[in-house]
Amino acid sequence: MTVAAIEAVDVSRTYELDGVSVPALRGVSLTIAQGEYVAVIGPSGSGKSTLMHLLGGLDRPTGGRLVIGGRDVATLTAPELATLRNETIGFVFQAFHLLPRTSAVDNVALPLVYRGVGARQRRERAAAMLGRVGLGHRLTHRPNQLSGGEQQRVAIARALVTDPAVLLADEPTGNLDSATGEAVLELLERLNAESGVALVMVTHDPEVAVRARRRIAVRDGLIRSDTVHDRPLSGGDGRPETLDTAPSAEPRSASGSGPGHPSGGSGGATGATGRLPRTGGTGAQAAPGGAG
Amino acid sequence: MRVAEAWRVALDALRANRMRSALTMLGVIIGVASVVLLVAIGTGTKQKVEQQVEGLGSNLLLVVPGKLDVGTAPVVSPLDLKDVDAVSRVVGDPGRVAVTIASGATARAGARSDFTTVQGVLETTPTVFTRSLARGRYLTGADVDTSRRVAVLGASVARALFPDRDPLGQQVTLAGVRFRVIGVFNPLGQSLGVDRDDEVHIPVTAAQRLWGTQRIDGIAVKAPDRERIDQLGERIVAELSRRHPDTEFSAVTQQQILGVLGDILGVLTGVLAAIAGISLLVGGVGVSNIMLVSVRERTREIGLRKAVGARPRDIGVQFLLEAVLLTSIGGLTGMALGVGTALLVDAVSPIPAAITWWSLALAFGVSAAVGIVFGVVPAQRAGRLDPVVALRAE
Ligand SMILES: Nc1ncnc2c1ncn2[C@@H]1O[C@H](COP(=O)(O)OP(=O)(O)O)[C@@H](O)[C@H]1O
Ligand SMILES: [Mg+2]
Repeated sequence: MTVAAIEAVDVSRTYELDGVSVPALRGVSLTIAQGEYVAVIGPSGSGKSTLMHLLGGLDRPTGGRLVIGGRDVATLTAPELATLRNETIGFVFQAFHLLPRTSAVDNVALPLVYRGVGARQRRERAAAMLGRVGLGHRLTHRPNQLSGGEQQRVAIARALVTDPAVLLADEPTGNLDSATGEAVLELLERLNAESGVALVMVTHDPEVAVRARRRIAVRDGLIRSDTVHDRPLSGGDGRPETLDTAPSAEPRSASGSGPGHPSGGSGGATGATGRLPRTGGTGAQAAPGGAG
Repeated sequence: MRVAEAWRVALDALRANRMRSALTMLGVIIGVASVVLLVAIGTGTKQKVEQQVEGLGSNLLLVVPGKLDVGTAPVVSPLDLKDVDAVSRVVGDPGRVAVTIASGATARAGARSDFTTVQGVLETTPTVFTRSLARGRYLTGADVDTSRRVAVLGASVARALFPDRDPLGQQVTLAGVRFRVIGVFNPLGQSLGVDRDDEVHIPVTAAQRLWGTQRIDGIAVKAPDRERIDQLGERIVAELSRRHPDTEFSAVTQQQILGVLGDILGVLTGVLAAIAGISLLVGGVGVSNIMLVSVRERTREIGLRKAVGARPRDIGVQFLLEAVLLTSIGGLTGMALGVGTALLVDAVSPIPAAITWWSLALAFGVSAAVGIVFGVVPAQRAGRLDPVVALRAE
C-alpha cells in the first residue's frame, strides 16, 4: 500500500484584500501519491500557484482538510509546519530565488541548515546534489556568475538535497528560453524517475503538460479535470480537455479522509467537473514522461 | 548549526552594506564613547579629590560651627582663641590643634599685586596638615604670641609677587599692613580648578588684629589614633556646646568629607553619564530604523528561507543578531574611542580621567542591550512574515 504524500479534501483558499474576499481556490480535492508525475495546467490567475503553496505547506487553507506527509496542517503550529516543509517538500520557483552573494553549494545546503545538519556534511551533500544536476564544476559560483538554466538547476538541487517526498515546481521553465527550459524539464523528469520523488509541476504550456502521466486542469479556483494517461499524448493540441475519468485510473478514496470526500461537498461545480482524485498508482515509476 | 548560520548571515549582511552599517553604528559609537569618557572624568576627579583630602594629613578632625551637610547655610562662628585652649585641653596636646581665620585680601609687593586668601593660623599648621616649606621657616609660637607681622607665602603668591627675586626677607602689604616674608611653601597644585598654592599664612593673632575681630573660623585636630577619632570628636563637640549653648558644632573626619564629596561627584558623574546615555538611545532608534529597512530589503530572502524550512524563530534570531552585532561592534568601537579620548584628556589637560573596568563592561552591556531592545521589533516582524507574500515581494 502506498501512502499518499499529500492529500487535499475540499480545500479552499480565500484572500482578504481590503475587505474584499478573493476566492483563489474554491474547493479542491486531490491526492498526490508517492513518486507521481503530475502536471498542473490552467490559465493565469486560475489558482495554480495558490494550490502549490497550499500543497507545500507554505500557506494554510481557509477551508477543507489538507494532509501533508500524514499530518493535518490545521493541527500544526508555524514552526511545526516549517519543519514539515523542510522534511517533506522541495520547492522550485519560476524566479529561482537563490540567495545572492552565496555560492551554489551554500545555496543548495540552505535547507540542511534548518535541519540541523553540520557544516561539513551539509557541503558534502550539497556538492553531491549539485553533481547530480550536472553542476559539479560550479560549486563556488555565485548566482550572478551562472546562466539562467544553471541557476534553476541549483534551485532544483536545493529542493532535492533534503530528499523530500514531493517536489513542487511552479512554472520552473517560465524564465528560461525554450532550449534551456527543455533541459531543465528533462532534468526534473529524470530526477523524478530516478529518486522516486513525486513531481508536481505547474505549467501553462500544453506541450509540457502532456509529458506528465497525470494532468490536472485548474480554472477559476476549481479542478476542471484530473486525468491519468498510460502514455504521454503526442501531437494534437495536447490538451486533455476530456472531463471524464482517465482510462487506467481507478477512483481512490483518500486514506484517512473524512466522510463526504468523494462527493466533494460544497464549492465545486458539482458533477460537471471531474474532481476525482486520481493516482498513477504503481505505474507511476514506469511512466517518467518524455525522459530518456 | 542554526545559530552559526544566523551569525554568518548577520555578519554577511553588515559587510554587504558597509557604509550603511558604519553610519548606523555612529550613533552608538558616539553614545558609548561619551559615556566612557564622562565616567572616566568623573572617576578621575573623584580619585584626585580623595588623594588630596587624604594628603591633608592623617587622622584629621575638622571642628566647625554648624552642620557639615550639603545645602546648609554657613554659620557665623562664635569661636575664639579661648575655645582653642579648651579644645587643646580635651585633646591633651596643643601641638595637635590648628586653627584658621581666612579672608580674601590683596597682597602687594612693590608694583606687583595679587588677590589671594590670607589665613590666620597657629604655628602647629604644618604638623596638623602635612605642609612643607620650599624656603625659609614657618611661623613660631613666639610669632603667634607677639602678633608678629611675618608671612609664609604659597608658591603661586610667591611667583606672582616676586617673579625674579628671592621673596625671603621682602616686604608684602596685606590689607594695607606690611608683613615680612619668612618662608615659601612647596607647591600643592590644583584641585577641582582651585589653585591651592594661592594663599598666605600669618599668625592668627596678627590676622585678628588686621580684621579687627576676636573670632576664628574653625579648628582642626590631628587625632592620636584612628580608632578613637570619632570619640574624640564627640568630646570636643560636647565641650564647645557647653561653652556656646546656642550654637551647633560638627566634628568631621576625612572619611566623612570623602563620603560627602564622593556623593556629590557620584551624582554629577551619573547625570553626565545619563545625558550621554540619551545619545546612545538615539543611536538605538537609528538601529531600529535600519533594521526595518534591512527586513524590507530582504523580504524575498526571508520568504525563501521559510520555504526551505526556517521557523519564525530562526528568522527572528538572524535579524536580532544582526542588530546586536551592529550595536556591539559600535559599542566596542565607542569604547576604544572613549578610552583613547580619556587617556588623551588625562595626559594633556588639567582634567583628570581614570578608566574603570566596570564602566567599560557597562558600556558594552548597554550597547548590546540597545541592539536587543531596538532589534526585537524588526526581528519579530521578519519572523512573522507570510512566506507566500514574502516570496512575491519585489
Ligand atoms: N496574496 C494575495 N492576495 C489577494 N489575492 C491573491 C493573492 N494571491 C493570489 N491572489 C489571487 O488569487 C487568484 C489566483 O492566483 P494564483 O494562484 O497566483 O494564480 P496562477 O498561479 O494560476 O496564475 C488570482 O486572482 C490572484 O489575483
Ligand atoms: Mg502562478
